[in-house]
Amino acid sequence: MKSIRIGNGCGFWGDSVDAPLRLVETGNIDYLTLEYLAELTMSILALQKQKDPSRGYAHDFVQQIERLAPSLHNQPKLRIITNAGGMNPVGCANHVRQVLDQSGLANRKIGIVTGDDIFPDIDRLHRDGQALINLDTGEEFNTIRDRLVSANVYLGSHPIVDALQQGSDIVITGRVADASLTVAPAIAEFQWRTDNWHCLSAATVAGHLIECGAQVTGGLWPHWQETDLANVGYPIAIMAENGTFQITKPAGTGGVVNLETVTEQLLYEIGDPKAYLTPDVVADFTTLKLEQTGKDLVTVSNCQGHPATTSYKVSMAFRNGFMSSGTLLIYGNNAAEKAQACGEIILRRLANAGIHFDRSYIECLGAGSCVPIQSPRNDLDEVVLRVAVHDSDRKKVERFTRELAPLVTSGPPGVTGYTGGRPSVREVFAYWPTLIAKDAIIPKVQIL
Amino acid sequence: MTESTIPLSMIAHGRSGDKGNHANVAIIAYTPAGYSWLKEHVTSDKVKRFFANLGVTSVERFELDNLMALQFLMRNALGGGASQSLRSDSQGKTLALALLNMEIPKPENIFDKRRQIES
Repeated sequence: MKSIRIGNGCGFWGDSVDAPLRLVETGNIDYLTLEYLAELTMSILALQKQKDPSRGYAHDFVQQIERLAPSLHNQPKLRIITNAGGMNPVGCANHVRQVLDQSGLANRKIGIVTGDDIFPDIDRLHRDGQALINLDTGEEFNTIRDRLVSANVYLGSHPIVDALQQGSDIVITGRVADASLTVAPAIAEFQWRTDNWHCLSAATVAGHLIECGAQVTGGLWPHWQETDLANVGYPIAIMAENGTFQITKPAGTGGVVNLETVTEQLLYEIGDPKAYLTPDVVADFTTLKLEQTGKDLVTVSNCQGHPATTSYKVSMAFRNGFMSSGTLLIYGNNAAEKAQACGEIILRRLANAGIHFDRSYIECLGAGSCVPIQSPRNDLDEVVLRVAVHDSDRKKVERFTRELAPLVTSGPPGVTGYTGGRPSVREVFAYWPTLIAKDAIIPKVQIL
Repeated sequence: MTESTIPLSMIAHGRSGDKGNHANVAIIAYTPAGYSWLKEHVTSDKVKRFFANLGVTSVERFELDNLMALQFLMRNALGGGASQSLRSDSQGKTLALALLNMEIPKPENIFDKRRQIES
């Protein structure tokens, strides 16, 4: 039976620099996927593009293409699919085009998928009846309209399939559902019908399993000491035409693919396991069967799916004030109690200066603050004090950043660790998930 | 651990993460016998009480018999979520390990519920 090997070499912007090349050199893959966009990455890219219209994409991808160029010569059939385009897929493609041309790869085609960015049309869409209500809280769109920074639809696999069928060697998208990066090559290769829900579900599950890179090959595994994470291999999905697939990793790498790692990643960041919603399909995780069929080889079968919904998910970001957090090391007997007192001194000094925050939070890291479900331990000789604040007024948050250092001389003994300078202030881009009717959105594909 | 309880980690492994301001925590049994014990003793009420200090508003439990797993969706568990939580762990990455430390009743037969080490 026909099958294809899809490797994912990047699970988020900031993931391993070496993973993509290692996967290409040792994974014998047909497709390389690279995933760069976390929920709020788009708002940061939107502001970059506002300042400089040529920016607004994951520049790391361009560097990866430079590193991969020799391999692309040796493996002319290898195709790459990525959402590195961010807020500016065309700008990203132009830059990649230059690199390819300079590397003797002028014959490679780049497919560009756009249409996800609905920010310019948001008022028209809202007027035309798209409610854009917050999916989690039920709040009305009007409450944040004037603070909106970005609005992107999670597109599905179909425009990527279109780009592949037009002969693209590299497909660069903006926001698409992460799993669709994997679903698209399967559809393109196997000519699955758009209502072949079970096969689309299988490819979606495969995409979900590999989209976070090494998290399915030993990363986050509670028995991590049993393997070599320093040399961890990145995942490969071997997708078969009939909708079964295998998860594996390149031979000779560290990490592990077993029922434990695959089950954990299957359940990572999901809601209702009977209805994992993507633009392509509604996947049911409660019927599928996992089997260990070899060393570092898990076979997944009996995936079932249901018709996709009539909406796309939309990820929006809006300005919501400013935050900062700073740390100090607190040493000595009863360190946790002392750290808590130091945090309160900082906030009281600010209050004495007339500065009160919308929200503030004190953590005594090491004493149980990370998951604050028990009273703090007080048998410790050192803890890290972390204080974080949030307010709509930037000036107040800036004032906070100057209040940590004084504690080194005007606080209790044993306060140290103030070597990193004043903490920075960052603007908060809050997350606003919503839905939009599919027929209001037109994905676009162009070839460069 | 008392004589009549065991930590959940003795019979299960897990993973957690975020969905906006909600956290998802998956707990996976090592054996079918362990899964039955989990279903009986790790209820959504118990999980909600365990994480009460996080401000969780509700906990929904999903059962995946095919994977011997329970998946808990903990609403509003993350103090605002990745974009605006003031916590160090704004994405709930540590919550599974915390839950695996929860004490549950000790079964009479623990051996058919513990991890079977592969040869």
